[in-house]
Amino acid sequence: MNSTQPAKLALEDGTVMTGISFGAPGEVVGEVCFNTSMSGYQEILTDPSYRGQIVAMTAPQIGNYGVNAEDVESLRPQLSGFIVRELSRRVSNYRAEGHLHSYLLRHGVVAMQGIDTRALVRRIRIHGALRGVLSTNDLNDESLVAKARASPGLIGRDLAREVAPKHESRWDQPVHSLVRLDGAIAAELPPDAPHVVALDYGMKWNIARQLRSVGCRVTVLPGTATAEEVLAHRPDGVLLSNGPGDPAPLVYAHKTIFELLGKKPIFGICLGHQLLALACGAKTYKLKFGHRGANQPVLNRLTGRVEITCQNHGFAVAEEGLPRELEITHINLNDGTIEGLRHRRQPAFSVQYHPEASPGPHDSQYLFTSFREMLGK
Amino acid sequence: MPRRDDLHKILIIGSGPIIIGQACEFDYSGTQACKALREEGYQVVLVNSNPATIMTDPEMADRTYIEPLTCQMLEKVIAAERPDALLPTLGGQTGLNLAMELHHQGVLERYGVELIGARAEVIAKAEQRDLFKAAMEHIGLEVCRGQTVTCLEEARAAIKEIGLPCVVRPSFTLGGTGSSVAYNREEFDTLVAKGLDASPIGQVLLEESVLGWKEFEMEVMRDADDNCVIICSIENFDPMGVHTGDSVTVAPAQTLTDKEYQRMRDASIAVMREIGVDTGGSNIQFAIHPQTGRMVVIEMNPRVSRSSALASKATGFPIAKIAAKLAVGYRLHELPNDITRQTRACFEPTIDYVVVKVPRFTFEKFPEADPTLTTQMKSVGETMAIGRTFKEAIQKALRGLEVGSFGFGCDGKDLWGTLQQPTIEEVRAKLAVPNAERIWYLRYAIKYGMSIGEIYELTGIDPWFLENLHELVELEDHLRWQGRLQTVDDATLRWAKRCGFADRQLAVLLNSTEMEVREHRKRRGIVATFKAVDTCAAEFEAYTPYYYSTYEDEDETPPKSPAVRRVMILGGGPNRIGQGIEFDYCCCHASFALRELGIESVMVNSNPETVSTDYDTSDMLFFEPLTIEDVLNICDRVQPDGVIAQFGGQTPLNLARALSNAGVPIIGTSVDTIEAAEDREAFRDFLNRLGLRQPPSAVARNTAEARAAAAIIGFPLLVRPSYVLGGRAMEICYDMAQLERFVAEAFVAAGGQPVLIDRFLEDAIEVDVDAVCDGQHVLVAGIMEHIEAAGVHSGDSACAIPPYSLPPDVVEEIRQATVALARSLRVCGLMNVQFAVKQEGSQRVVYVLEVNPRASRTVPFVSKATGVPLAKIAAKAIVGVSLAEQGYTTDPVPVQTSVKESVFPFIKFPGIDIVLGPEMKSTGEVMGVAEDFPIAFAKSQIAAGTVLPREGRIFVSMNERSKMQFVPLARRLKAMGYELLATTGTARCLEAAGIEVRRVKKLQEGHPNLIDYMVNGEVQLVINTPSGKGARTDEGRIRAAAVARGVPCVTTLQAAEAAVGAMEALRRAALSVQALQDRHPQYARR
Repeated sequence: MNSTQPAKLALEDGTVMTGISFGAPGEVVGEVCFNTSMSGYQEILTDPSYRGQIVAMTAPQIGNYGVNAEDVESLRPQLSGFIVRELSRRVSNYRAEGHLHSYLLRHGVVAMQGIDTRALVRRIRIHGALRGVLSTNDLNDESLVAKARASPGLIGRDLAREVAPKHESRWDQPVHSLVRLDGAIAAELPPDAPHVVALDYGMKWNIARQLRSVGCRVTVLPGTATAEEVLAHRPDGVLLSNGPGDPAPLVYAHKTIFELLGKKPIFGICLGHQLLALACGAKTYKLKFGHRGANQPVLNRLTGRVEITCQNHGFAVAEEGLPRELEITHINLNDGTIEGLRHRRQPAFSVQYHPEASPGPHDSQYLFTSFREMLGK
Repeated sequence: MPRRDDLHKILIIGSGPIIIGQACEFDYSGTQACKALREEGYQVVLVNSNPATIMTDPEMADRTYIEPLTCQMLEKVIAAERPDALLPTLGGQTGLNLAMELHHQGVLERYGVELIGARAEVIAKAEQRDLFKAAMEHIGLEVCRGQTVTCLEEARAAIKEIGLPCVVRPSFTLGGTGSSVAYNREEFDTLVAKGLDASPIGQVLLEESVLGWKEFEMEVMRDADDNCVIICSIENFDPMGVHTGDSVTVAPAQTLTDKEYQRMRDASIAVMREIGVDTGGSNIQFAIHPQTGRMVVIEMNPRVSRSSALASKATGFPIAKIAAKLAVGYRLHELPNDITRQTRACFEPTIDYVVVKVPRFTFEKFPEADPTLTTQMKSVGETMAIGRTFKEAIQKALRGLEVGSFGFGCDGKDLWGTLQQPTIEEVRAKLAVPNAERIWYLRYAIKYGMSIGEIYELTGIDPWFLENLHELVELEDHLRWQGRLQTVDDATLRWAKRCGFADRQLAVLLNSTEMEVREHRKRRGIVATFKAVDTCAAEFEAYTPYYYSTYEDEDETPPKSPAVRRVMILGGGPNRIGQGIEFDYCCCHASFALRELGIESVMVNSNPETVSTDYDTSDMLFFEPLTIEDVLNICDRVQPDGVIAQFGGQTPLNLARALSNAGVPIIGTSVDTIEAAEDREAFRDFLNRLGLRQPPSAVARNTAEARAAAAIIGFPLLVRPSYVLGGRAMEICYDMAQLERFVAEAFVAAGGQPVLIDRFLEDAIEVDVDAVCDGQHVLVAGIMEHIEAAGVHSGDSACAIPPYSLPPDVVEEIRQATVALARSLRVCGLMNVQFAVKQEGSQRVVYVLEVNPRASRTVPFVSKATGVPLAKIAAKAIVGVSLAEQGYTTDPVPVQTSVKESVFPFIKFPGIDIVLGPEMKSTGEVMGVAEDFPIAFAKSQIAAGTVLPREGRIFVSMNERSKMQFVPLARRLKAMGYELLATTGTARCLEAAGIEVRRVKKLQEGHPNLIDYMVNGEVQLVINTPSGKGARTDEGRIRAAAVARGVPCVTTLQAAEAAVGAMEALRRAALSVQALQDRHPQYARR
């Protein structure tokens, strides 16, 4: 890999940055955002929540440990484009099976290296998330800026439908042995293990793995499933997964969740958290530039303890107008936004962050255990 | 929970003198802790024996004790101050050990002092190998498999569990000697048998070998609510087997997937909880098998460490400050992140650059020492560099090392393509065994076309790092192929700058000069940009002006305000012998002085251990190498109104001429004056005009000239090659044969370079003077009389303020000479003069040896001894505030005697000879203060770790010149009841004087000889004036054995005299302690 093929990133505010192409050639539009995780690029690439986005990594050296078949959160990279300061030429890790460049090329992901990524991050921080275009085809600045301005953005779009599975499936894989300090593999499930239906809006696989590892039988249903379809599986609990974009247009999901509430214990994660809140009558709004990283501190109001969390969201639940049935259980220590909710009367709770980690710290894995306990059995 | 209200007064113990393994990082952490606790309204009592620290400035603590760090002295401080708590985790291993000793001796309980931060059980659990191992197994973490055995059968059974390769370590040998690695069964049997034999108790420890595994460190913080955060991960470039202090290290970790990183994070937090560190920071080291990923815990430090200082500088997160606040009850989320202001300290920093630390070694000072890098730390300093990529950061770090290289080769130090180019066999040999030069040999290996796989096999350095070095060599070759500066396209040049290539390297590659490259690239718009270190990868706005350079699009430094004067201070770079914390102290004071005057201070330095690189020391901090290029780049950007080059030691002075030529306004003493003082001819004429004397001297270009010069000047002579600095390779010659041998070697070593010859003033008393001049008026702040006679490097000699043996008229003559020198040189700022006073007939004649118009090593000592903040006064004088305006019109008169003693690293280099000479060897210093000289000297010895015995046996061995002079001292020792041991020559002389001596055999005479006595603990002090030096001589072996056995060893007659006086004084009076604030009452008012 020794490409000198130029690539350009243009933003709706007129900024154009020129770097070097890697991954696939082509042209993509998307909301340009940044992620501050220092490790876990393969998990980020395959996280369906990045659908519709061009992600810049703040960590400057990417690709060092290559790619492998284990560290994926879905079948393939899901984001629109990928930007790094420097792609590593060599891969060095005992688990590596390939090079990031070939991986992205194989999956048709347009990527760029060599730009001042910190300048890009500062621009996004100051101006908020920006629409952009990443191209190796068109290198004309004016034309690119026009394309960026004409691109759709995220608000009001149902991106979940694009990444959600079309059919139901069973999930049987536990978390990776590296995730547990003792390296123990999850035991065989007993026949009476609780059954969880995971509503998949673009679910990261580690959510399902975590459920399996705390002893749940998992059935994955498309996020478009109705309450009847869910209940037909006779679940002991329902998990609302993460997913891309704006939760507001997903009215089918609001309806399903509203109907399930009180019937089955519910645990929502990220988009699932926003959907639960919307189903209860709360409002969501778009953050200036979102939270994307693995170092976000969250205060658990119930215990007074702090969790360092992995996050990836551009929208949040509004505190203003929050229904009285919802109690704020977790808040973000950086900006005070809502990070966790609990229904006061029904067995339902949710968090804005990613307790399944992958990438990120394992501080919040206890939530899966709490959910497991809520299911009885 | 907010701060604890039940505590009022907190004791902090510093780490004492700078030694290998414990350097300025503990001044940095201690200073932060003092500030943090006082900010919370606590009274802070500080004890440290090292005067060259910012923490011992009287403004830093409420009560400051510069006293020896021993349990007895600390008990006195505790009795006088009655603190409520002791915070033991900020003073390095010294502070921690002392806290444990105070605990074990019941002192803490007796005075009701609570250990905060880490309790005694916790410290024990972390520090004692067996307890630690059990704790790790309890939480399911692996440590290196190991077992102790006492016979071969046991060993053979154990190896089935442990596996090969296996480290065989004989128990209770000195300094861990005799430890080796067995790779097969046969070797194993042999090594075990040898080890059982070598161990005095017939026991060996068998331990699984993790040599060559990847090494990582995690910096963890925990608060009283059990909130844990990782501040920084560090990956060692050098694999397991090299002490982390001697490794090149990189932050953040570069080759871990998220799963592996998170597992290490989980393990770190589990260790923290299991060991039970209540609050504060700890460092945990891991080894990872490169092919299987198996992870073992190596060790934990339940305190702030060198790595935590590095982590603080690497991320911007002030670990020591936060640790201090957590210790008094705060929770992490109750504390603000100073850098972002709007967020909390409870988070994990994320960084968008790469940090590389490179250690600085000093083997050239100890040619007899084994230069192999092992688990025993040997480096004396370090430099850190920040770049956007590893390639950029390592090149910056290598030029920040200040060893004549400007990056990864292609510079003045490069042997490639020269006659000295190493052969491929030499390269292989240098790669296979870790050593200080290995980094350069990696490049030669790449140049020879060795594959990354092959280099990895030899070194165990991760292929990812090797790949990046390979890319640098490829780029170098590409540039070289272009041939000329004008033919290189802008994109390539920019790419080279982004990869960290210095203008100097480009000049070598493109047949140009540094300045031409600089001008060319600036014309082409290729200029350095400065980015902030902000803990958060720009996610939040940063308020702390802490910057590094890189070649990117956007610059983040704020524009200069026209209303404010801006002055830049150039720091001293990595610590080395001869240039260390003392100069950082001066730089910090310059910054404090500017702040007091409302002038914006800009600090430039590359040493992560220091207070000067704390982000709140100056108004702006540039963490950059101290080279012409890097400093000019900063000047281009910040446009300083003045640049101060006289505080950071030799490093900035070496830059002054070129900076000045490039139009940088160097303020204070002019560059011309600095150069004039260094030009031997010009300086001799200058002294003649002032009517001051200098020892006769000459320059010889060949042996004949040397002979002629010797005939005129007369023996003994002090000779040195002109091309080395700082006393390196300097020798005293007593006869023509010795002189001829020396010059012959010198001319072979560097043909054409002259040899400098000076008259050596034998037995002269050396005097150091520190003064400040504002251009007109002179403040002579300290006149220090050396204990050791001329011939011992002034940095190694002990000295006293005020002079203890010189008559007032000589002191006055020295004072006047100093004033005359400062005025005529038009010094503006600090000046140090070295004088020698020689008895010639009935007259004492004062000679000027050297004038250095800059900060000296003794400035902090003088400041502490006199209560006059010398460096601050000098900084103010430099920016135009006269001494009169500052209120300093009369020289200070010290009321007590202060003695500075030097501390040496000999214990780290087993077997080397310890004789003092013109070459400086000490790493640090301590200070002892008392009403009179003998007690002050005694305190300085205790502080330096030299235990002067109250009774027992003293071995004396005198050279011809000192035998007779020693007789009265021997008599005094006998009078105190010591038994004297001596070999034939000295014994005969003492017996002739009627002094009873017990004779011992010389080493070659068989047993029992002196070393046997030492091994058996039957000698308490060695007094030996050398007649020959070198590790191979009998004397050299005796001295080396004394160091290894911890027997104090005095090697000059003058020091022996002072020691005898101290031993007498210690019998008369008990030692007392006194706070600096009581010593210099002007501080108590503040």
